Amino acid sequence: MDAVMNFGQGIFGGAWQAVWTLLKIVLIVAPLMLGVAYLTWAERKVIGYMQVRIGPNRVGPWGLIQPIADGLKLLLKEIIVPSGANKAIFIIAPMLAIAPALAAWAVVPFNDTLVLANIDASLLYIMAITSMGVYGIILSGWASNSKYAFLGAMRSAAQMVSYEISMGFSLICVLMVSNSLNLVDIVKAQDQGAFAAWGLGFLSWNWLPLLPMFLVYLISGVAETNRAPFDLSEGESEIVAGFHVEYSGMAFAIFFLAEYANMILISALTSIMFLGGWLSPVGFLPDGILWLFAKMAFVLFLFLWFRATFPRYRYDQLMRLGWKVFLPICLIWLPVVGIWMMSPLNIWK
Amino acid sequence: MDFQTFVFFALSAILVFAGLRVITARNPVHAALYLILAFFTCGGVWALLQAEFLAIAIILVYVGAVMVLFLFVVMMLDINMDRIRQGFWNYLPLGAVLGLLMVMEMGLVLGSKYFQVPAADALVPAGVSNTKAIGELMFTDYVYPFELASIVLLVGMIAAIVLTHRGPRPSKNTNPNQQVFVKAKDRIRVLQMPVEKD
Repeated sequence: MDAVMNFGQGIFGGAWQAVWTLLKIVLIVAPLMLGVAYLTWAERKVIGYMQVRIGPNRVGPWGLIQPIADGLKLLLKEIIVPSGANKAIFIIAPMLAIAPALAAWAVVPFNDTLVLANIDASLLYIMAITSMGVYGIILSGWASNSKYAFLGAMRSAAQMVSYEISMGFSLICVLMVSNSLNLVDIVKAQDQGAFAAWGLGFLSWNWLPLLPMFLVYLISGVAETNRAPFDLSEGESEIVAGFHVEYSGMAFAIFFLAEYANMILISALTSIMFLGGWLSPVGFLPDGILWLFAKMAFVLFLFLWFRATFPRYRYDQLMRLGWKVFLPICLIWLPVVGIWMMSPLNIWK
Repeated sequence: MDFQTFVFFALSAILVFAGLRVITARNPVHAALYLILAFFTCGGVWALLQAEFLAIAIILVYVGAVMVLFLFVVMMLDINMDRIRQGFWNYLPLGAVLGLLMVMEMGLVLGSKYFQVPAADALVPAGVSNTKAIGELMFTDYVYPFELASIVLLVGMIAAIVLTHRGPRPSKNTNPNQQVFVKAKDRIRVLQMPVEKD
């Protein structure tokens, strides 16, 4: 590692710090994009097997080159801007959708040292950046100048704003028990307690003491990424494809990338905040980045499983779940955790 | 000029430009988008002052929630720009007086001793997170103003609910007794309309 740093210092001189940071960004974004491509493949395979089909199996062995072929196809297609569309915003909207999905990765820790920017308030940063993802969707719906797109955008804006509240409350519980806004410290805080001392680390992770908040966060995460069963914004049967109905080619592909990058982000955050991040579940195995990837894969599998299992929510049911079920649960659990921490039974000291 | 100053001037230039475009943009949606840009850049300026909690809070609250709802409403309004522009010259003197008054008030408040905190005093000692420092101040020294502000917000929230609440919704249960007495003329009205030409 030192050799690489010295070599870079020799070539770039003073600018090496900036070049090194850019390199690290590429090292995060390139595997992420590859992950997105193979997540689409995994989705088609998993749902295929759940529905007793085979899924993609023509391009390459087990259809493994299928996502590359799809990407190439979208790259070569024409991008059509509808004549009544607001051209500038129509083109900016996909960028606004993907930028937060990528920018949030700046503070995601993969390991206690492997993080691009280890800032104090990384949890707040993530909440702020992900809350901007909704603009891509609203603006694409508005700029398309199409009824279906507009309806999809309206639905999704209301939905994302409602579920962000319960998501924020569940994160407040997490930061209360870990006494920090820093994601690295949040993971480290989950390595303490009686169970961790006995070598049963997975029982001291936040998912068990904060079980209601874990479920609220997971379900709100599915709603926040507009995935089935909360994919009302694209409801094929009523509003054809929702906010991206007028988009084609790469512009559509960017929305697609943003959705899947957001799924991977939510799975990483769920793993870090509730499933112990890179911590090993049992004492006799070492901690490591592979555990984080395994946990993310598990959460992503849940996303796909939900899609194959549940029918889509009706709009009023979706709003009822967000405002009349999750919000009261959060508002009750918040004082419960507070009183628990102040009582002699506090397990987070 | 060091890098920090350069970033400050770049952000300020964007902020001033966005602020001007908010009031000059013809399309209300564009104006709202420039306002979002202004808030975001403002967060950047605050981050330069090492107030990272406030910087993130303005983005989280204003960009992430308030402006989404604002944009939501602006998009659905059918705004006729010509009609809005009609009384521009009539209202300009009144608006200018109000604007000048606000500028003077701002100048007085910001120029007073209360806001002249030396930069060294405002810095949080190293190792203490910004969020923690604000939280401690808010719940010790400033607990009464803080509670007062939250009560004002609560009153505002209740007022908004009271203003938009239209009473309990009538039950949708059907009464078969009334249903069997229904007549065709209660349900259908046949209108005679002249044929529309053109």
